[in-house]
Amino acid sequence: MTFQATTFQGWLLIAAFVGILLALTKPMGLWLHALYEGRRTPLHTVLGPVERGFYKLSGIDPHEDQSWHRYAVHMLSFNFGLALLTYGLLRVQQWLPLNGLHYGAIGPDGAFNTAISFDTNTNWQWYSGEAAMSNLSQMLALTIHNFLSAATGIALAFALFRGFARAQAKGIGNFWADMTRVTLYLLLPLCVIYTLYLIACGVPQTLATSVDVFTLEGARQVLVLGPVASQEAIKMLGTNGGGFFNANSAHPFENPTAVTNFVQMLSIFWIGFGLTWCFGKAVGNVRQGWAILAAMLALFLIGAGVVYWQEALGNPVLHHLGVAGGNMEGKEVRFGIVASALFAAITTAASCGAVNAMHDSFTALGGLIPLFNIQLGEVVVGGVGAGIYGFLLFAILAVFVAGLMVGRTPEYVGKKIESREVKLAVLAIAVLPLIILSMTALASVLPAGLAGPLNKGPHGFSEILYAFTSAVGNNGSAFAGLTAGTPFYNGMLGVAMWLGRYFVIIPMLAIAGSLAAKKHTPESAGSFPTTGLLWTGLLVGIVLIVGGLTFLPSLALGPVADHLMMIHGQLF
Amino acid sequence: MIHDFASSLRPSLVMTGLFAALLGIGYPLAMTGVGQVLFPSQANGSLVVDHGKVVGSTVIGQAFTSDRYFQTRPSAAGKGYDGTASSGSNLGPASKALSDRVQAQVAAMRKAQPGKPIPADLVTTSASGLDPDITPQAAYYQVDRIAKLRGLKPEALRALVASSVETPTLGFIGENHVNVFELNRRLDAMAAKTPA
Repeated sequence: MTFQATTFQGWLLIAAFVGILLALTKPMGLWLHALYEGRRTPLHTVLGPVERGFYKLSGIDPHEDQSWHRYAVHMLSFNFGLALLTYGLLRVQQWLPLNGLHYGAIGPDGAFNTAISFDTNTNWQWYSGEAAMSNLSQMLALTIHNFLSAATGIALAFALFRGFARAQAKGIGNFWADMTRVTLYLLLPLCVIYTLYLIACGVPQTLATSVDVFTLEGARQVLVLGPVASQEAIKMLGTNGGGFFNANSAHPFENPTAVTNFVQMLSIFWIGFGLTWCFGKAVGNVRQGWAILAAMLALFLIGAGVVYWQEALGNPVLHHLGVAGGNMEGKEVRFGIVASALFAAITTAASCGAVNAMHDSFTALGGLIPLFNIQLGEVVVGGVGAGIYGFLLFAILAVFVAGLMVGRTPEYVGKKIESREVKLAVLAIAVLPLIILSMTALASVLPAGLAGPLNKGPHGFSEILYAFTSAVGNNGSAFAGLTAGTPFYNGMLGVAMWLGRYFVIIPMLAIAGSLAAKKHTPESAGSFPTTGLLWTGLLVGIVLIVGGLTFLPSLALGPVADHLMMIHGQLF
Repeated sequence: MIHDFASSLRPSLVMTGLFAALLGIGYPLAMTGVGQVLFPSQANGSLVVDHGKVVGSTVIGQAFTSDRYFQTRPSAAGKGYDGTASSGSNLGPASKALSDRVQAQVAAMRKAQPGKPIPADLVTTSASGLDPDITPQAAYYQVDRIAKLRGLKPEALRALVASSVETPTLGFIGENHVNVFELNRRLDAMAAKTPA
């Protein structure tokens, strides 16, 4: 390594990050498990009346045990209504209060895209927040989705856990109770504390819209302000990722210091880590949860290591011009190489999509990993709820493959996995590559699609591929050079986000219903053990082969070709 | 299925309204109220007021292009440090536009100060276009130029930079960096005290 490469301090940051999260996994898991079981928490004293009041006004019986299709229909109906609300608010924001900078209505294609984007926990943003959204839109049209799409994801994970945990049951829980409890007793209290912390560190929280600055050099600079901290907190905890500002968590008002950055990284993963523990507890063996987390961590650390290594190595094109060191294009000085690389690996593993550096300007292979993380299906920790239910689909495939190898009926955590479950799991998993690759192919030949990329050559293709990958994977990060605010991309990506969310959820809930109805099969000497190293290795293998392999040709056309051009100094 | 849908209408409608009021109005407004009371400076953008005028934010970078100041990094936010248009360049690693931009800047820097190694952050755009910081190397790189133009001692300026360096928390969270706005405020104060 001729140039500045990775440092001990850098690896220490990654190790400390993982270590702290592992220490926080069980506390979060315990809390989630209490909500999963509907137990009373200390917070019920204050918020219990709110919960009961909400049920009463809406005519909800929280004890009603819903069948999987009733659970699904109620979840869809609620989320569809929320998306309509957002669409409506964005279309008329010019007539509503808290619009000090007089932003006009968001156009129909843009509002369609944004409503779906926030509803599906994607938070893909074709617009620039500080130049398009009024403070009311940020709060009422967008922040509520950050809570409720996250709560929906966790509720859905609970439903699947019940499928494994229950025996000969008709129902998989109550959507309203799951969603409301997660919002009131987990997300909201954490966000209140988190918001105050962020404000104390320099994140604005005001209803003012902007302030005029007369700089030391005598120029005028307009700084956009707003209720940033309250949105920032749930943006990270709920793995939403939709920034108040265009530059997202790179913007100093969203993420002012290296310490807030560290806390933001922890908060992306925290609930996802806790859910693996909660799953183990729910199925009666916490080692089942740790085994899943081990497989996720293995995949994550490989990715994070590669991004850090590549970004620290830097860009040979710039080295050739006499600029030594790591790749600082599109990165903030206060974060430097390692915290930018780590953030990129986390946000794409977790379906968050917040960014503290511009992935588009990463080195070719440093940018390949974020893309590949999403293509694996957002199951490497994944979005809150969505990560674990996605990963359990892979676990079903893994026991199926293991069963084929040894010639036994596959079982997983006390449930026989039969043809129905395997078919549904394959259906849910196949949706991803099918939509990503077909839509990318379409956009790569149509003039409206080719008008998008900023960069030329293979990197331009990567920008298109990343957009559809991010949309279908419900991530929301971007190779942001792509001009996505056009009717073509708003429409295509809107549909992509919707399919990527619900065409995984519906088969997953069907599996939950089917599993819940089954008898419990006690573990026997012939059962394939689903804890331990062999199982973890098998899970990693299945995720890489089933999830990743389909994308290799597209990666060869994009980032790999880009890398070969970059190291040979072939510019575009 | 139809029955499931019909039974979802009232809860969906009412819950949307209730949660919108709680999470979309109540929560941000309450946080604004508490934040304004507890942390009024930070909640309003960490602004610095001088003689009744807002001269900057300690959090946000501003453009310094004059040779008499420590200069900030190149910026892709609007025409540079535009607070209404945060953005990176989004140029890819093998982009000719990136290479040309860096090459031109390196050439200018080499001409002004031959033989000095180029700090990477001074020739690359940040992710936000509003990066408030530069590396200590980038600050030291500019000392001789500023000392000459302002008639200050280079050693005094180097000491000013050294005392402005912020180090990583606990030794590993963050990078050594210098806030350019605050450094330049100290530079102005120092120059005002030193007879030219």
